[in-house]
Amino acid sequence: MSTLLEVSGVTVTFDGFRAINNLSFQIGKAEMRAVIGPNGAGKTTFMDIITGKTKPDEGRILWGDRSENLLKMTEAQIANAGVGRKFQRPTVFEAQTVTENLRMALKRPRSPFSVLRHRPDAQEKADIEALAEEIGLKDHLEKQSGYLSHGQKQWLEIGMLLAQDPQLLLVDEPAAGMTAPEREHTTDLLVRTAKTRAVVVVEHDMEFVRRLNCKVTVLHEGSVLAEGSLDHVTSNQDVIDVYLGR
Amino acid sequence: MDFIKRTPSLPAVLFLLFLFTLIVSVFSTGGGGDLISTSMVKTLGKTLCLCLAAIALDLVWGYCGILSLGHMAFFALGGYLIGMWLMFERTKNIVMEAATSQPLPLTPQELSDAIGNQIFGVVGGSDIPAIWFFADSLVVQLILVVAVPGLLALVFGWLAFRSRVTGVYLSILTQAMTLALSLYLFQNDSGLRGNNGLSGLQNIPGLGHVPQSILSLWFLWASALALGLGYLLASRIMDLKFGSVIRGIRDDEARLRFLGYEVEHYKLLVFTLTAVMAAIAGALYYPQAGIVNPAEMAPIASIYLAVWVAIGGRGRLYGAVIGAAAVSLASTWFTGGQAPDLPLGFYTIQWVDWWQVLLGLGFVLVTLFAPQGLAGLVDGIFRKGDSK
Ligand SMILES: Nc1ncnc2c1ncn2[C@@H]1O[C@H](COP(=O)(O)OP(=O)(O)OP(=O)(O)O)[C@@H](O)[C@H]1O
Ligand SMILES: [Mg+2]
Repeated sequence: MSTLLEVSGVTVTFDGFRAINNLSFQIGKAEMRAVIGPNGAGKTTFMDIITGKTKPDEGRILWGDRSENLLKMTEAQIANAGVGRKFQRPTVFEAQTVTENLRMALKRPRSPFSVLRHRPDAQEKADIEALAEEIGLKDHLEKQSGYLSHGQKQWLEIGMLLAQDPQLLLVDEPAAGMTAPEREHTTDLLVRTAKTRAVVVVEHDMEFVRRLNCKVTVLHEGSVLAEGSLDHVTSNQDVIDVYLGR
Repeated sequence: MDFIKRTPSLPAVLFLLFLFTLIVSVFSTGGGGDLISTSMVKTLGKTLCLCLAAIALDLVWGYCGILSLGHMAFFALGGYLIGMWLMFERTKNIVMEAATSQPLPLTPQELSDAIGNQIFGVVGGSDIPAIWFFADSLVVQLILVVAVPGLLALVFGWLAFRSRVTGVYLSILTQAMTLALSLYLFQNDSGLRGNNGLSGLQNIPGLGHVPQSILSLWFLWASALALGLGYLLASRIMDLKFGSVIRGIRDDEARLRFLGYEVEHYKLLVFTLTAVMAAIAGALYYPQAGIVNPAEMAPIASIYLAVWVAIGGRGRLYGAVIGAAAVSLASTWFTGGQAPDLPLGFYTIQWVDWWQVLLGLGFVLVTLFAPQGLAGLVDGIFRKGDSK
């Protein structure tokens, strides 16, 4: 399986504090990966680095078949190269409707002049409706997203992620604030997505991770502590000490 | 059309604007009535131009979240660029007319010297500066009204947005630009007559036979047309997906970057577009004002514009219009000496001095009790819920 993203030897320091320490990570083109680790392990910072929000002090990040250097790109260029992200705290445009949020996310030309020329069309309408169906917001399309419940905002953000049609999905704690059936729906969706794309899921809930049924990377103090199947890492003594044993 | 349905304020504003202009025309001196003096017509026409400038600021600040405190510099610049043609052409006509009584026609050199003397005598010069090269062409100067402020905004915005200057730092930077421009123009060798500015702009070359009472109506209608078109264009753009992205930049620009939008390019476009809008408003304003000088682009002018938009209610186009119209007219009334003094026995309030205090107080009250501005109150009457 060919590699989609290769992170090697990345280090990030915040005011002398090493949030990420010589981290290396790889993921293939159609692969699901769960990233777990205690609070403050650096999981969110890891996603910040890939998406260009935080620039590392050291290390390399290569992307795609042509091994492009992600560190040389702006956040927007990285997103357009095919990296999509769902934030830990749901961040949607609260002053705008569900439709408007999804429309902005849909994979269409992003430059100001092409967006100026954009007019809603039947194809777009169908795409938005299909997404809304998937995320259970079909009856709320014209609702202002600020009025959605926490769980619905999570769904909307997942919908926006899917709308971008990315090659790599970085999903930070998708199940927070969801009910049991909703969690199940989320795992289904993620597993289905990972058949054709790379998906990285950060999650604290072990049941959720188990249902993803994929390789697990354990982060601790900014580096990889263990990697392998869930059973493999949960039987690792280091992992038990820093994370599970507490 | 769906667009009109989603923007119910648009037909209302356009209709009221038309009605207003019509009524003013009918009752004006130029229209045969005698209720509204020519100078009042000019004040109202100027007010419409200020409303257009307020819409420009509302777009860039209320919708895109960039508090520019420099848009009145673009406004005044627009005035200067049209003023150059007005002044040059009129002076040329006067010089040529005077020469008709001479036995020999003027050589081009004599003509140029005479014009130079007339225009630049006040700053001790007689050469026509290079920036006046196109001043005898209305078409070119009209193009420059758009091009010069547009280019200035483009360069300034490119430098500022590229380094991701935002928030209050950007506002300070725009103030600095305004101050620098106005200080430059105050100099006698700026080529634009220093602190004298350009004057006599109410006299339109070639239209000397048309009385001011009629000309003022033409400008009133032209200003109303520009405001109407500006309003239409602004509401149309904000109704598109483009508007969605612009409002997204205001609310969470980092999120938009992760969706793949180059936020800086959008900011640059909106900043430049609104600078051009302000410049066009200025080009219509100053022929009605008659004079444009560097004091017009003093930093305070741009701050006032922001105050009007804040009082009117930013993020709503009619808010900008209401704010600019109400506050600038009130300001004219209070500072023009028409407002009766208020005797308190121990002290007499003279509005010329106290208007600033009243305005400041009004600003504080609106901020505290109507954070959505006057338009927020209008909204509250017509519908519940949030506005777009
Ligand atoms: N911008 C920043 N400035 C300073 N310190 C930061 C910054 N961002 C993150 N950190 C620190 O880096 C460490 C890693 O943070 P991060 O948010 O990546 O953890 P996490 O693994 O996502 O934790 P959680 O499970 O709680 O979400 C934490 O100690 C955090 O305080
Ligand atoms: Mg986190």
